[in-house]
Amino acid sequence: MSRNSRRYLLPVALAAVLGMSACGGEDAGTDSGGTKLSGTIKVDGSSTVAPLSEAAAELFREENSGVQVTVGTSGTGGGFEKFCAGETDISDASRPIKDKEKAACEAKGIKFTEVQVANDALTVVVNKDNNWVDCLTVDHLKKMWDQGSTVKTWNQVDPKFPNEPLKLFGAGTDSGTFDYFTAEINGEEGRSRTDYNATEDDNVTVTGVSGTKGGLGYFGLSYFESNKSKLKAVKIDGGDGCVEASTKTAQDGTYTPLSRPLFVYPSAAALKRPEVEAYLKFYVDNASDIATQAQFVPMTDEQKTKSASLVDDLKKQAGS
Amino acid sequence: MTRALRPSPAVLDPTTAGTRSLRRSSPRYGEKLIQGLLALAALVSVATTLGILASLVIPTVGFFQDVSIVSFLTGTEWSPLFARARFGVLPLVTATFVVTTVAMLIAIPFGLGGAVFLSEYSSRRFRKVFQPVLEVLAGIPTVVYGFFALTFVTPNILQKFWPGGEPPDVYNMLAAGLVMGVMILPTVASLSRDAMGAVPQALRAGALALGSTRRQTTIKVVVPAALSGIVSAFVLGISRAVGETMIVLIAAGGTPNLTLDPREGAQAMTSFIASAGFGDQQTGTTGYNTIFAVGALLFVITFVMNFFSIRLVRRFREVYE
Repeated sequence: MSRNSRRYLLPVALAAVLGMSACGGEDAGTDSGGTKLSGTIKVDGSSTVAPLSEAAAELFREENSGVQVTVGTSGTGGGFEKFCAGETDISDASRPIKDKEKAACEAKGIKFTEVQVANDALTVVVNKDNNWVDCLTVDHLKKMWDQGSTVKTWNQVDPKFPNEPLKLFGAGTDSGTFDYFTAEINGEEGRSRTDYNATEDDNVTVTGVSGTKGGLGYFGLSYFESNKSKLKAVKIDGGDGCVEASTKTAQDGTYTPLSRPLFVYPSAAALKRPEVEAYLKFYVDNASDIATQAQFVPMTDEQKTKSASLVDDLKKQAGS
Repeated sequence: MTRALRPSPAVLDPTTAGTRSLRRSSPRYGEKLIQGLLALAALVSVATTLGILASLVIPTVGFFQDVSIVSFLTGTEWSPLFARARFGVLPLVTATFVVTTVAMLIAIPFGLGGAVFLSEYSSRRFRKVFQPVLEVLAGIPTVVYGFFALTFVTPNILQKFWPGGEPPDVYNMLAAGLVMGVMILPTVASLSRDAMGAVPQALRAGALALGSTRRQTTIKVVVPAALSGIVSAFVLGISRAVGETMIVLIAAGGTPNLTLDPREGAQAMTSFIASAGFGDQQTGTTGYNTIFAVGALLFVITFVMNFFSIRLVRRFREVYE
């Protein structure tokens, strides 16, 4: 359940609907205002981005009930495979497209652009009474979490740390959080030790780490911010010194390697269809609300403007 | 006697004779309907058991085509959903075993003690008030017990008053087992009391008349006489402990952990089924079939236990007319 909780849907939906109706008056002339949109939009790709695309779809359908949006979770790579075969309209991606995938798209004559929709950041947390660690390097984390790791105490990670049992709490294998953390820390998606408390419910990790002196866990930054009083966040040294996890460091990309931009890739052909264009514009215009609801870090204004102009550019390329 | 069998004048009436005397006056469809409904009620539980068995079989067979049954039953590493999958179910079995043992260490002595008190020592008035209170315990949802174990028993009792050495972890089998024992206690107590209540009063009177004290009567006469009922109460308690899900899921954590130390957290068989069931395993994959394989193992364990307990009960059964 990590990070696709729909707890905050109602207030956000309300705000979005109010916002939409307010805008509706202004550009009713240019927009598809009166005409009802219909059709099916096929979205597939990263399971991390899926909660965002789903949240966007849900809010979008409040206004456009005739449009169906299907969001698959084939993974970023699997999503691009389908996208470049022309099977999907929009591909969700938690990393930029690879050259090989680009070539596959070009071979099929599929034009696309890369639109950022949110920022992702994971926070590593320890117990409040943990007074021996403020900052961990990626190597430290890898020692703890790598496949086959037998580390059982903190001083086995680094002799500077005390001889305190290390108890690990982490994401279950079904979550995008797990895929991201293992890829960045252990070098391969899904590569991880298995004898830790694995859960899809971040609250289990909060309870575990806050109740265990030598506990350590990780989850999305926004979930940490709502549990700040119970836990202590650890700075991460990705090679350029210790950086604290925060909205700012996630947005400017200095919090490495545990922060990253998240993208959607629309195809030019799909963008010609009014329902796809409307969905995508809605997605970018309401990106902050959507990101907050799906428990991600929203984009900066600059990032948002860039995404909006990229959509416009692709639209122009596609012609109408 | 012969007078009673003499036909009544109505039967002798030539127009209705035969039909009225030998058969029912009407086909009684209502009676048939009720009989059918009752048979259906009896069938529902049997059919459900068969249905569960059938739904377990296919995925379980699929699972054992991918994983050998020997490595499943003897392996010591459990990570079926990870990239490097291992299917040794022993860590889950030991966790279920430890939690069940702790639970029965509470439920059996306290349940039996409570039953003896209610049946042999307490006044009727006290029993009338006390037994319903005890049975309320059995009506508390298990999810409530689970959070009680996690948020109260572990931090406020176990970790605070631990006598010495390493205190239990946040998620630990001890708290889960203790609370589960309390949950099962009323079932054991109430069934055992019923069994003792069914022992004929004449046996007690006889023992007392021969000069036995109340304690001697209870231990040497009443409990042995009710033993088959008491044993089946224990077995029912153990079955509930083995199959209990929410308490172990919430309070014992989700780490597959091969240990007999109840201070540590460990994932039990039922917690694995529940947590893997929440995730999105694709139908037909080994990960999906694993859920059913563990379910089948649970089924076999409870079945074997019940089978032996029935034989045990038969052996000890004492029938009083």
